[in-house]
Amino acid sequence: MNFDFSEEQVMLRDSVARFIKEDYAFETRCSAVASQEGMSRETWQTFADLGWLSVPFAEEHGGFGGGAVDTMLVMEEFGKGLLAEPYLATVLLFGGLIQKGGSQAQREAHIPKIIDGSRLGAFAYLERQSRFEMADVMTSAVKEGDHYRLNGEKVVVFNGGNADYLVVSARTSGEQSDTQGVSLFLVPADIAGVSLLSYSMMDGQQVANLTFEDVQVPAADLVGNLGEASALIESVVMEANLGLAAEAVGIMGELNAKTLEYTKTREQFGVAIGSFQALQHRMVETFMAYEQTKSLLYRAVCALSNGDEDAAPVIHALKVMIDRAGKLVFGEAIQMHGGMGLTDDLDIGHYAKRLMMINTTFGNGDYHLGKFNALRYARTD
Amino acid sequence: MDTSFATEDLAFRDEVRAFFAEAYDEELQGRLADLSTYKEAVIDWQRRLYNKGWVAAGWPVEHGGTGWNSTQKFIYETERAAAGIPDVIPFGLAMVGHVIYTFGNEEQKARFLPRILNSDDWWCQGYSEPGSGSDLASLKTSAVVDGDDYIVNGAKIWTSYAQHADWIFCLVRTSTEGKKQEGISFLLIDMTTPGINVKPIATIDDHHSLNEVEFADVRVPIANRIGEQDKGWTYAKALLAHERTNIAGVADSKRSLGQVRTFAKKEINGGVALIDDPVFQSRLSSIDIDLMALEYTELRVLAAVSAGGAPGAESSLLKIKGTEVQQAIQELQMEVAGYYQGLLVDDLSVEQLGHSFGRAARQSYMYGRAATIYGGSNEVQKNIIAKAVLGL
Ligand SMILES: Cc1cc2nc3c(=O)[nH]c(=O)nc-3n(C[C@H](O)[C@H](O)[C@H](O)COP(=O)(O)OP(=O)(O)OC[C@H]3O[C@@H](n4cnc5c(N)ncnc54)[C@H](O)[C@@H]3O)c2cc1C
Repeated sequence: MNFDFSEEQVMLRDSVARFIKEDYAFETRCSAVASQEGMSRETWQTFADLGWLSVPFAEEHGGFGGGAVDTMLVMEEFGKGLLAEPYLATVLLFGGLIQKGGSQAQREAHIPKIIDGSRLGAFAYLERQSRFEMADVMTSAVKEGDHYRLNGEKVVVFNGGNADYLVVSARTSGEQSDTQGVSLFLVPADIAGVSLLSYSMMDGQQVANLTFEDVQVPAADLVGNLGEASALIESVVMEANLGLAAEAVGIMGELNAKTLEYTKTREQFGVAIGSFQALQHRMVETFMAYEQTKSLLYRAVCALSNGDEDAAPVIHALKVMIDRAGKLVFGEAIQMHGGMGLTDDLDIGHYAKRLMMINTTFGNGDYHLGKFNALRYARTD
Repeated sequence: MDTSFATEDLAFRDEVRAFFAEAYDEELQGRLADLSTYKEAVIDWQRRLYNKGWVAAGWPVEHGGTGWNSTQKFIYETERAAAGIPDVIPFGLAMVGHVIYTFGNEEQKARFLPRILNSDDWWCQGYSEPGSGSDLASLKTSAVVDGDDYIVNGAKIWTSYAQHADWIFCLVRTSTEGKKQEGISFLLIDMTTPGINVKPIATIDDHHSLNEVEFADVRVPIANRIGEQDKGWTYAKALLAHERTNIAGVADSKRSLGQVRTFAKKEINGGVALIDDPVFQSRLSSIDIDLMALEYTELRVLAAVSAGGAPGAESSLLKIKGTEVQQAIQELQMEVAGYYQGLLVDDLSVEQLGHSFGRAARQSYMYGRAATIYGGSNEVQKNIIAKAVLGL
């Protein structure tokens, strides 16, 4: 047993860490967020040049052939830099769905382009009513000859405004929340009948609401099997959750380090505030929360890499932990910064907002606690 | 022991309800919600309260207050919050007003109190400095006598709504000898005086409330000093305790909790309403239970105060528990909003976005982080209780 990373993995992690440290200052990130697209194309191209967009993809498509560990290492460093660029949307979600569920032709058409940085993607799954239930899909796809006709609306689509291609979930049979009957379609963003409303969220991520009105999608652009997308979505979202958790761990580590530093330098009553035991014990709590979350992250990565049966409950547990520990860590960070913690020029509040959005993405802690309960106490009699 | 309302209390409640229903009209609400008309709308609303005789709930009758007993105050607060009406801006009516009628001279009372009551002057509070937050008594902004004036130099920070203010009440250093608390004076400063510069501070709730206020050779008449020179700390402390009783915000929390319930009925997860989810119910109920207790804690403090006691260290308890409950409700509201808790935009309609309360939830959650920091942080309140109540 060991928790060591391979030489290749260490190199990957160090190169991302170096970039974040040297070329991705908070101000750089904020100006990307403030730009029209909410991201920097130049930064994205750098990621392509450095090979980071290829990490989870198979070697046959020019990928790095990485696994859960590699994704974790990259995402943790991205977390520290509060990444604005759509790695989750393009590489982990859009790319993940195509890699796992796409046909050979679809993979060949898209994965090399994701890797070389020329293709941005998005996964359009959320609807107004669906909350955290990914199978709650009302967008419909009706077969007409060799086409499907798509109608409906997707909301809060990460990177929806910049994506060249979308994977869209739509109902091809069954009732509103049925697991069966959900299908995925690969749709160019500029296809006739799609209208787009872009806006940004508090964590700086650009999202879009997309309306589909009689959009004609060739039958060949179905991703995976008809009506059986739920399992595919679940498996891709599990890996994405792992990536998000790694990003959260990166953020929590930064928040703890910055807060610790602040309490050593900020003086009140003639001493550093870090000398007050009331604060010391709480910083020990946030330190322990970070370590515990990291442990659960490693556990989840191992479970997923080994294809363990119990990967699902571990991922649910991880989402719960990220939620609880994340709130503790950013709450204490803001509190211990006093008035400074409320200022927008400081990065503390921005890390907090990103953690909040990570928590809610693919279900918040309470939602996953419910799932965890259901799995743990499933009745077999 | 009896907390039921007498007949005249019920009549008072009906009167309050009827007045709010009529006076807090939709047109006014619209102007309050619009940043460009916010200030004049607040003044308009406070004048309606003044004309009704209700603007100064906590003031004694001889200074234009209501003279309400604790039951009446409780009823008024409950109805105000239930109607979704914001509290009055505290800096004049709930803060400096008390200092002026308690420690000011006759001339100051005659000059400032009527203008506070009629919302002619917008006040802000200039206590905190970059180097002096929790350790407020270490403040450095200096006031040096020059003829009939003080010359004030230094900087205040985190000054809420200084951008709207006509006047600022400040703690300034008039002596560096002896204990740091002993060289502080309480000054009332006209914001139009030359040498004052107000700079906005951008905050995580994306709403402009905080500012830095710089003073460069600002001339302030000695006549604008409250009480004696070097005794300002005593006056400020009396005010701080007062500020903290209002901070529990029980009535507003009850309303917010009700809103969370309403929203949670409409959020559906795979066919099940969030309000019917046992995990969610547990979270909601644990806040509910804290709030049930807090309501009575507040009533006990109010009753003690109206029986003649000054709000003491108990107000620290109200502040800590009140803000913890507020933050827990705000957090829950964010979670009910799901993905939409991240909404930032204000130029898209509810219909376009597909969500109604996410943006408001985010804003109150983010600003709400400050409640455990301002008015004496919760850590400082705990230190007060440890010392003053527990004798540690
Ligand atoms: C939204 C907002 C509005 C405000 N409005 C006003 C206003 O209108 N006018 C005004 O004058 N001020 C205002 N303030 C300032 C507020 O009163 C101060 O922020 C507060 O006193 C804390 O000071 P600080 O920010 O310097 O934090 P610090 O004093 O530096 O404290 C940092 C952290 O250390 C903790 N700490 C400090 N001392 C101790 C101790 N002895 N033991 C344990 N922990 C300790 C604090 O609790 C805090 O968590 C406002 C602040 C905010 C955030």
